[in-house]
Formats: sequence, structure tokens, C-alpha cells
Amino acid sequence: MSEKKPRTIFEKIWDSHVVKRAEGYPDALFIDRHFIHEVTSPQAFDGLKKRGIKVFNTLRTTATADHNVPTKDQHLPIKEALSRHQVETLRTNCKEFGVELYDLGHLYQGIVHIIGPELGLTLPGMTIVCGDSHTSTHGAFGNIAFGIGTSEVEQVLATQCILQYRPKTMKIEINGQIGKGVVSKDIILYIISKISASGATGFFVEYAGDTIRNLSMEARMTICNMSIEMGARGGLIAPDETTFNYIKGRKFAPQEVEFEKKVAEWRKLVTDDDAVYDVELKYDAADIAPMITYGTNPGMGMKVTDYIPTVEELKEISEQGSFKKSLEYMGLEPGSQLLGKSIDYVFIGSCTNARIEDLRLVAKMVKGKKKANNVEVWVVPGSKQVEAQAIQEGLDKVFEAAGFELRSPGCSACLGMNEDKVPAGKYCISTSNRNFEGRQGPKSRTFLASPLSAAAAAITGKVTDVREFK
Amino acid sequence: MKDKFITLRSTAVPLPNENIDTDQIIPARFLKATTREGFGDNLFRDWRYDTENNPVTDFVLNDPTYSGRILVAGKNFGCGSSREHAAWAIYDFGFRVVVSSFFADIFKNNALNNGLLPIVVSDNFLKQMIQAIKENPSTEIMVDLENQILQVGSVRETFEINAYKKTCLMNGYDDIDYLLSLNKEIREFDAVHS
Ligand code: SF4
Repeated sequence: MSEKKPRTIFEKIWDSHVVKRAEGYPDALFIDRHFIHEVTSPQAFDGLKKRGIKVFNTLRTTATADHNVPTKDQHLPIKEALSRHQVETLRTNCKEFGVELYDLGHLYQGIVHIIGPELGLTLPGMTIVCGDSHTSTHGAFGNIAFGIGTSEVEQVLATQCILQYRPKTMKIEINGQIGKGVVSKDIILYIISKISASGATGFFVEYAGDTIRNLSMEARMTICNMSIEMGARGGLIAPDETTFNYIKGRKFAPQEVEFEKKVAEWRKLVTDDDAVYDVELKYDAADIAPMITYGTNPGMGMKVTDYIPTVEELKEISEQGSFKKSLEYMGLEPGSQLLGKSIDYVFIGSCTNARIEDLRLVAKMVKGKKKANNVEVWVVPGSKQVEAQAIQEGLDKVFEAAGFELRSPGCSACLGMNEDKVPAGKYCISTSNRNFEGRQGPKSRTFLASPLSAAAAAITGKVTDVREFK
Repeated sequence: MKDKFITLRSTAVPLPNENIDTDQIIPARFLKATTREGFGDNLFRDWRYDTENNPVTDFVLNDPTYSGRILVAGKNFGCGSSREHAAWAIYDFGFRVVVSSFFADIFKNNALNNGLLPIVVSDNFLKQMIQAIKENPSTEIMVDLENQILQVGSVRETFEINAYKKTCLMNGYDDIDYLLSLNKEIREFDAVHS
């Protein structure tokens, strides 16, 4: 490859992390930062023990407990034996291998993709992995971040490298002013509804355009978070002043002179003018409205005022069987509208939308109002720091007055691994990222939406168009 | 060292649903084990059993008509969560091959890292294959990894597989063996790359 060939940011970061490129092998890619959690790491540590090897570089590894943890009474031992055992196993492993753990009760504990950025561990230009598909979140800072399986977690723990073929590149550009009631969650739900749950499989996405540029870091993280929901390996956004301002002064970020030096480097992380992407897509922000999903994969989304498609309207006949099954599961009729449909639960949380900005949005919307009687509302902050900030700003009081329950940080009802499960057959408007069958509890039914839409629904008790909400 | 994969002759189980995500393959509440074994019991748990834990009789894994070590599934198989437990569960249940017209990336890697062979075929071939199995559940399917051939009854199709991954599967190698051999280069890289 000639040095002069124009490259995308993705290619630049990738190339600069290849330790070895050998004929007949995938690239050995160096990993700058490795996040681990209790669910996908125990078998990896076991592998190290069997081989009698240490963690390659503990300074590049950070652990937290998030998937399994209760969101009530977190100071007490975990009641459920298997969950407790898994968290304890993480504790023992981190101790034995010398890995920093932000355990339950620690000031820095939280959902792994929330704490990385807020602690300044996630930086531009890096390669970042975690045994979790939403590692794509970190890409908002202009880095290569992707989810891996447990065998790969073991590889990274053992060698700080991963064997990977370079994915293809896709550019998704969005320009223009977003409309009233539209937030970044709607942008990404819109994109996924356009390109489907598998439309970006095999690709690494770069989000660009002035709509993206004008978003805050938190909003950008929401977008990158859901890259995996269209099958993409990851998604990134070029770093800019917004990025640098967010990072500045964070706990583990480079400080002062070192920071300035880094910023100078990070400014070079741009896609060259003539660089070629394998695929380029363009959208107009004006076409995006508040979104909601109606089916059982995140590609099955529509504008909140739209009607669910009919079987005949589907582009591909092969999809009909799965489509019918999906709507049956959801208890919905093809061709019907969701607007006004009564719901049972509202979940505001997850690595998609449980940062302080999300909680502020919700609080602003519901201040002085009360939740509808037919709904139960859970607000689960993404981290201890988010929780503390929310309390400091008095958001907890607003939630309490509205009848919302502010819980302790964790993944919670995003995947229902702890007690926070939506009961069978019940409808939940959720700010999380997956509406798969049973994701929030066996036979639960999920509508994915933005924090704004979720907040409005909590007050009205039904699927609501935020633009009409007073 | 993993089990080696060379050839396989078996009947197959058809599961034509599209977009089967790893939450269906193994629901989150069964991810609490700290070992790799035993996940097969909960493979497709919520499709196999109802809320009272009774087997759902019309689900294909509960249907004695179909059996075998090959799972034939609809497109975009294994999307969603990165949980390797999905590959472990499929393997633990007894499958050695999954055929689909499209796999999600992370699942494909996880499968390959666990001696489970994901075979990509065209939409059309997949349709024919499912039809053939449904018409005659005892249809024998032959997978020849070395020559990259999938034979369904008398119909043959070649499939693509990355040469490196193929060598790993055929010899039971792990990526980690190769990476460990690069230790010195990686140390040097780590030292200059802050
Ligand atoms: S919040 Fe949900 S999506 Fe995010 S890491 Fe936790 S389980 Fe995964």
C-alpha cells in the first residue's frame, strides 16, 4: 500500500495499530483499552489460568460490574445466588490478575460504556474492545471500538491484541436541522429503519454531516451505541472541539500540557478528502421525526405517527413469515397505528440513554407533572457519577414528585438479567437499544424510543407524539 | 486446542426464521454461569419451553421428525448481543454446523472460535435446502470443509471460508496460539504506543 493513498479516519487508526500483518493471517491489531464486565469475562480468565499466563497489561484493562447487579439496595449482598457468584468471580479474578475493578458501591461503577467516556478512559484515535456489542458507543470520540466474544476477551487479556480482518467502510452523512421533538435516538432509529437490522453487517460506519457535528458528545454516543443494531462492527465520529471539551479535565484523560499535545494529534484524525468508502449513504435531517419501534428487531421502526406496515407492503417476500411472527409476539395488527396505545412500563436507562443529559431531558419534560396511573416508571442512571450528578441537580426530587422511581446504576431492564423484568405480555417504552423477544423479561414487549418520547408516555400512559405533548 | 473439523455427514434441523438474535439463542438470564459447559439445555429456551416450562410441541427442536448436527437457519443469524454463550449453547446442544444465507459478524467469529462451522449459502440455495429437509427429514447433508463443499441429497454447492479460519478449524488451532507467538513484537509496540 502506498503512503499517499487517501485514507478514512478508520483506516488511519486501524493501520497505526497493526502489530503484524502476515500473509494468510488476519491483522494482529493492538488494543489500547480493554473494558471487561462480569458476564463475558469469567471463562476468559479461566483460559488464562489454564495456560498459566498473566494479563498482558493491566493498565490497559478496566473492569466494572453492571449487567447482573440489582438496582435497589446495592449495598447489600446480591440476593440471587448465580448473579452474586458471577460478580464475586469478577472480584476474585480482578484481584488475582491485578485488574482495576469499579465494583458495586464504588464511585466510578456503572454501565461499562458509560463509565469509559465519563472517566476519560475513552479517547480519540484509540482501539477499544469489550466483550459486549455496544462497545460501539465509544466510537463517538473518534476511535475504533467494537464488541467481541469471550474467546477474544481471552486473547486481549493474554496478548493485548486481537486477530481481525479489517471490515469494509461505510459513511452515513446526515445534514440539516432536526425538527421539534427529535433527538439523537430518533436519528439512529430512523437510520436503522431505513437500512435494516443487517444493513451494515461487515462494515465499520463513520457518521458525518452537519447534523452530527451539531450534536453533543452524549447525543453522539447514543448514535454510535446503536451501530451494532444495523449489524455494523462499530461506528465512529471524527473528533472535534466538542470532543476535546468533553474530555478535558476528566479523571484519567491526559492533563494540561499532555492534553494539549494530544489534542494536536487528535486534530489530525480526519478523513482525507479523496478517501473512498465502500458505501456512502446520505439522509436529510428534516425527514426525521420522533421514532418508535413496533417489532422485535430495531430495524422495525417508524415515525410515531405512522402505521405499521402490512404484510403486502414488505419489500422482500421472504420476510413475511418472520414479520407475522414478530407482530403476533407484540400483540399488534399490521396496518395499525401505535399512537395512543396504552402502555404498562417505562424504562429510562441503558448505555444508549442513561447519561446525565438524558436524565435532564426527562426531568425537564416531567417537572410538575405526574405519571399516569397505569404505568410503572423506572429511571436507572448509567453510572454512580450520573446518579450523584442527578441528585446534586435535584432531578431525583423531580422524578419522585412525578412518581418515577430513581434506582441505582446498572444495565437493569435493558436485558433483564437482574430482577428488573417487564412481566409477560406487558408493553414497555424503553430508551434502551433492543426490542428482541424477551429482551426485557420472558414474553415482554418493547417499544424503543427516545428519552423524550418515553417521558411523555410516562405522563400520558400511552404512546405519545412528543410534538403534541404539553 | 479445539475439536478438529474435517467432514460431517448428518441430517439437519430447519429453523427458517430471519434475524434470529443471540437473545433468542440463549436468553440473558441463562448467562450467569462462569464455565463454558451446559448452555445447550437452555438453547432457544423461550421458543422451546412456555412460561410454565412445558415443551412447546411445534417448535422444531421439540419435534422428533428433525434431528442432526446441522442447523439450517434464516438470514441474519446471530445478530444482537456479542455473547459467545450463543455459540457455546449451539455447540453444546450437539450442532457442529450452522447454515444460513447471512450471519452477523460477531456471531460468526464466536462460532469459528469454538469449532462451530458457519456456512453461508445463497438465499436461493437456503430456500431449496429448507424445502428438501422439510419434504424429507432424513435427507443426508454432507459437509466437506477441506474442499468447501456442502452437499444436500444430490445437489452440491461450494462455500467460501477464510483460508486462515479454515486451517484453524481443521487443525483445532486457536487464534491465541498465533498471538502468543508475537509476544516480543507486541511488547515493543506497547512500549512506544502510549
Ligand atoms: S445497558 Fe444494555 S446494551 Fe448496554 S451494556 Fe448493559 S445490557 Fe448491554
